[in-house]
Amino acid sequence: MKVYLGGEAEVRILEDVVIKKRKPKRYRIKELDDELRFRRTRNEAKIISQSRRVGVPTPIVLDIKNDTIVMERIEGKPVKECMSEEVSREIGKYTAKLHRAGIIHGDITPMNLIKKGDRIFFVDFGLAFYDNKIEPMGVDVHVYFESLKASFENWERLRDAFIEGYLAAGGNMGVIERAREIEERGRYVERVSMG
Amino acid sequence: MIALGIEGTAWSLSVGVVDEKDVIALLNDPYIPKEGGIHPREASQHHSEKIAPLLSRLFETVDKNSIDLIAFSQGPGMGPCLRVIATAARLLALKLKRPLVGVNHCLAHVEVGRWKTGAKKPVALYVSGGNSQVIARRGERYRVFGETLDIGIGNALDKLARHMGLKHPGGPKIEKLAERGEKYYSLPYVVKGMDFSFSGMVTAAQKLYDSGISMENVAFSFQETAFAMLTEVTERALAYLDLDEVLLVGGVAANRRLQDMLKIMCQDRGAKFFVPPKELAGDNGAMIAYTGLLMYKHGYETPVEESYVKPDFRIEDVIVNWD
Repeated sequence: MKVYLGGEAEVRILEDVVIKKRKPKRYRIKELDDELRFRRTRNEAKIISQSRRVGVPTPIVLDIKNDTIVMERIEGKPVKECMSEEVSREIGKYTAKLHRAGIIHGDITPMNLIKKGDRIFFVDFGLAFYDNKIEPMGVDVHVYFESLKASFENWERLRDAFIEGYLAAGGNMGVIERAREIEERGRYVERVSMG
Repeated sequence: MIALGIEGTAWSLSVGVVDEKDVIALLNDPYIPKEGGIHPREASQHHSEKIAPLLSRLFETVDKNSIDLIAFSQGPGMGPCLRVIATAARLLALKLKRPLVGVNHCLAHVEVGRWKTGAKKPVALYVSGGNSQVIARRGERYRVFGETLDIGIGNALDKLARHMGLKHPGGPKIEKLAERGEKYYSLPYVVKGMDFSFSGMVTAAQKLYDSGISMENVAFSFQETAFAMLTEVTERALAYLDLDEVLLVGGVAANRRLQDMLKIMCQDRGAKFFVPPKELAGDNGAMIAYTGLLMYKHGYETPVEESYVKPDFRIEDVIVNWD
C-alpha cells in the first residue's frame, strides 16, 4: 500500500481501490472544518462522476463517506512516463470537454493523468470547481503548458498538439489566447497541487 | 553602509535608516482619514505636507552626511502617493549626491522579515490593506503562488469595521471584538486553486450584522473564515514546494488569531513559523532602506531619469541575485 500526504488530503492506494480522506485541520474551528471537508468531498465526487458523463475518463466512485472518497484504482502508466504528441492531443480533447461542461480541473499536469490502453484518465479533481468564465479556463490550460515546459524537451510540439485537440473538440480559441496572456502577465507561473 | 528608505505607498508615511546589522532610526507619520476609507488624493496631500518635517526630524538623530544611499518605495501602491515619495527621494539623492534605489514594496516586506527573523527559504504570507499574497522564491525571482482575486484582507476588515460604525484602522478593533465572540456563523469560504476572495464574505458579514447578530460574533465569524482561507493556501504552498518555513508579514501580521492559526498549521506539519516585530511587519521605511541596501550591494541603482513610479509593480519583476 502506498500513502501520499498532500496539502489537504491523505491518499491511500490499495490493490483495487484508492481511498482519499480529507483529514481534520486543527487551525480551523470545528464547525467550519467539518463543513468544508464534507462539502469538498461531495463536490469532488460529483465532479468526477459528471466528468465521466461528458466523456472524460475518470475513476468510478465506489463510495463516499463524510470526508472520504473510495474510487476505482486506474492501473496504467503515469502520462509523465509516456508523453507524446498523440497523448497531448487527447488531453486537449478531454480538457475541452470538461470546459464545455463548465468544469475547471484546476491541476492538469502529467502527474495527475494516467494512460490506460488508448485512454487518458483524469484522476485528481481535488482542485476542481465549476465556472463558465474564460479566465479560469485559461488558467487551467496555462497550468498544463507550464507543466509541459518543466518536464519535456519538445514541450512546444506537445503544446501545439494539445491546442489542436482542444479546438477540434469544440474548445474556445479565446481560452488559448487567454492562457498566453496569463503567461505574459507572469503570474501563475507555478501552480499548486493538493493530492 | 548606511541606507535611508522612504515608504508611502498608501496611508503610511515612514522614513527609516539602517545599516547591515540593524535598524538605526524609524519615524512614522501616517495619514488617518477623518471618516471613511483612504482617499488617494487626500493621502498624497498628507504625504506632501509631512514628508519634509519628517525628514528634518530624522536628520536630528542621524547625520545626513553619513547616509550612503537613498531608497524609496517605487510600487505597487497609489499613484499620487508614490509620486510624492519618489519626488522626495530624487531631491534627497541629488542634494546629498548619493545613489538612488527604487524598491518593490512587497519584496521589501519579505526581505526585512527574513532579515529580522532568520527565516531562510520561507513561504511568505503577505497580508495588508491592499495586498494578500502567498509568495516564495523560485530560482532568481519571488513568485506569487496565490493571491486575492479582489480586495486585500486589511481592506476587507476595514470595510466590515466601517459598516459596524468603527473607525480606520478597523483591523485591531475587529480583532478585539472577535476575542469575545462565541458563536460561529457560516460565511462564504472562497478558495479557488491557490487564489482566494474576500469581497463576497464582506457583504455576507455586513448582512449578518444588519440582521441583528452581535458585533462580537460577526467579527469572530469573519476572522475564523478569512484567516482559515489564508492558512489553507499557505499550507498548500508548503506542501507543493516542499518547504518548512512560514514567514508572516504585512500590517495584518500583527493579528494574534492569524498568527495562532499559522502556528498550529506549522506545528502539525513540522514547519517553523516566523513573524517580525510589529513595527517592521507593517509598512515602514526601514524595510525599504534595508532592501535598497541589499539591492545596491548586488549591483542595483536607479538613475533619476528611470525613477518613475510603478503603481502596478509586481514582485516577480525583480531579479533576485542575492541569497
